[in-house]
Amino acid sequence: MAVVTLNVNGQDVAVPAGASLLEATRAAAADVPTLCHLDGLNPVSSCRLCLVEVEGSTKLLPACSTAAAEGMVVHTHTPRLKEYRRMTVELFFAEGNHVCAVCVANTHCELQDMAVTVGMDHSRFPYQYPQRPVDASHPQFTLDHNRCILCTRCVRVCDEIEGAHVWDIGSRGGQCHIVAGLDEPWGQVQACTSCGKCVEVCPTGALFRNTDTTAEKQPDASLPALLRSARDQHRWHNQ
Amino acid sequence: MTRTVIIDPVTRIEGHAKITLHLDDAGHLTDTRFHVVEYRGFEKFCEGRPFTEMAGITARICGICPVSHLLAAAKTGDKLLALSIPPAADKLRRLLNLAQLTQSHALSFFHLSSPDFLLGWESDPAKRNVFGLMAADPDLARAGIRLRQFGQQILELLGGRKIHSAWAVPGGVRSPLSQEARDWILDRLPEARATVTLALELYKKLLDGPLQKEQRVFGDFPSLFMGLVTPNGLWEHIEGRIRFRDATGAIVADQLSEDDYADFLGEAVEPWSYLKFPYYKPLGYPDGIYRVGPLARLNVCDSIGTPWADRELAELRQRSGQPVTSSFAYHHARLVEIVACLEAIEILVADPDLMHGRIRLRASLNRNEAVGVSEAPRGTLFHHYKVDDDGLLTSVNLIIATGQNNLAMNRTVHQIAREYIPDPVPAGAEIPEAMLNRVEAGIRCFDPCLSCSTHAAGQMPLRLQLLAADGTVLAERLRG
Repeated sequence: MAVVTLNVNGQDVAVPAGASLLEATRAAAADVPTLCHLDGLNPVSSCRLCLVEVEGSTKLLPACSTAAAEGMVVHTHTPRLKEYRRMTVELFFAEGNHVCAVCVANTHCELQDMAVTVGMDHSRFPYQYPQRPVDASHPQFTLDHNRCILCTRCVRVCDEIEGAHVWDIGSRGGQCHIVAGLDEPWGQVQACTSCGKCVEVCPTGALFRNTDTTAEKQPDASLPALLRSARDQHRWHNQ
Repeated sequence: MTRTVIIDPVTRIEGHAKITLHLDDAGHLTDTRFHVVEYRGFEKFCEGRPFTEMAGITARICGICPVSHLLAAAKTGDKLLALSIPPAADKLRRLLNLAQLTQSHALSFFHLSSPDFLLGWESDPAKRNVFGLMAADPDLARAGIRLRQFGQQILELLGGRKIHSAWAVPGGVRSPLSQEARDWILDRLPEARATVTLALELYKKLLDGPLQKEQRVFGDFPSLFMGLVTPNGLWEHIEGRIRFRDATGAIVADQLSEDDYADFLGEAVEPWSYLKFPYYKPLGYPDGIYRVGPLARLNVCDSIGTPWADRELAELRQRSGQPVTSSFAYHHARLVEIVACLEAIEILVADPDLMHGRIRLRASLNRNEAVGVSEAPRGTLFHHYKVDDDGLLTSVNLIIATGQNNLAMNRTVHQIAREYIPDPVPAGAEIPEAMLNRVEAGIRCFDPCLSCSTHAAGQMPLRLQLLAADGTVLAERLRG
């Protein structure tokens, strides 16, 4: 197997050719934070938390979607990156309506955990308090746009794993939002198989079971990686 | 010159309020007002949210009585799902509410009100609080604090946390009571009983001694009383139906359903307070004045149904009448209710249903409108939700216990002010702090809960202002 060697935070690591910078940082135990990335799904680099500095590049590069290359010298936790990461999380909080105290995902929320990780104790940006709807039209699940950070994990898991492609992104800029089907109420989208994978991978309380109440959501974000590896290894007889 | 004496903030209550005493040109008292000066907005910002969130959201209305909102919201949710919760869930919820009544009443009596009785109305306001009580009578203060802790600890044993648990949900409760938790309750019950025995003995001595005048002038007036009773007319705090009794003891209405609350309760609004003024509709506003809370519950019920509590209820009625019309008796009623709660807790923890069987049912939305009711420490609490076909709230109405005592609190303040404020107040004269404290204490009888804030330490500054008719501040005094 071909490998590439690179240096992460002063440590030389070797990863298989084609591996991402994120995998290389993991090999160096660098613990680069991620929110939109999920093992088993294709990367989209939307959250910008995994940005790293690569010597020779004038731009910061998203580790999840940048291929590791021979001889790269990578820095993952410079003061600039730490400041940007905290700022990014602050913007997530300021941009939506995140009320942890009464959220279904409280104590099981990746955004909440990330705020702790990056040392965010308050937001320096004014809260936008956007008026966003809740789509509770599905008989089993609810989508609360107030808590959505547009990571698109739901879009990707539905498309890449379930193959139903119920979800997409609608509108532009600050109006961007997740849409079901052709921007219909979720409960009316016939393509939805009600498999619940989108709920399992959602990092916040944006997608949840209707019966979940405060802090009751217990997501399983390992699902896509499990399903993908099971398929790759032909663990099921009907494959 | 007309002037207004302002007591702002009112201390040792839960929330933010002020009292104004209005004097005419000759210094005679013309009007008194109890203003609630905070605005919460829960009824509005809950619109659009799933009804399943209401237990968690409305519990945040209050840090002292989150359980009351939790239970009212869960019960309203049960009705939207159109299900009957299993017996174990029903009994666990009852246990939760009993613990809530115990801890809240202990807080009101020991932490907030007893400094007035035990340290004296004229004592130094800087020490007239629970810390002053600790210095003067550490054993009593410790016992009171531990009694509250007993209730709070049960809340934590059931809901996982003392404050703002989201344990009661539409369909039942989220987790059972463990054997260890049950044992803890049994272990601590004797101490709780001993504390309330001590408090009752002490309080009755005060009633026979220095508090005789207070019983007469702290809001003693005829009014209706409202509370839940069982189908047999016994004391009730979570299920049951609504009963109104008047000051003569006659039952005005009985076994009313919370579903019909709009038929018998009206809500008036005054421009000077954010707190509404509910009234009994058939008598109109403001003649339909009624009181809720511990005293009202004891007035509307025929009896409590447990031996010790019934003995204490009989003594309360013997001392103060049947029904009791003095608002000062709310303090006594709280102690009697703690007795009732402890006896009911003892019966419940011995009940085999408590520990076995289903505790939560799941169902889809089956109704678009429901009203839930529970007895909060301060009185009857209504939650009324309307939802669309997806279960998103389109309308929320919350009728809070304290609001229902609003007319009575205003009348109590007026009565106390008339009794203790000099008539007329000489122009430019200072009004002694102890007199103003009695006016505040009239409010504390009702243990009002005006927000999720708690100011149990009583350390908030009291600002008194003398205002000219045009609003000019003529004199100002700060305390604390």
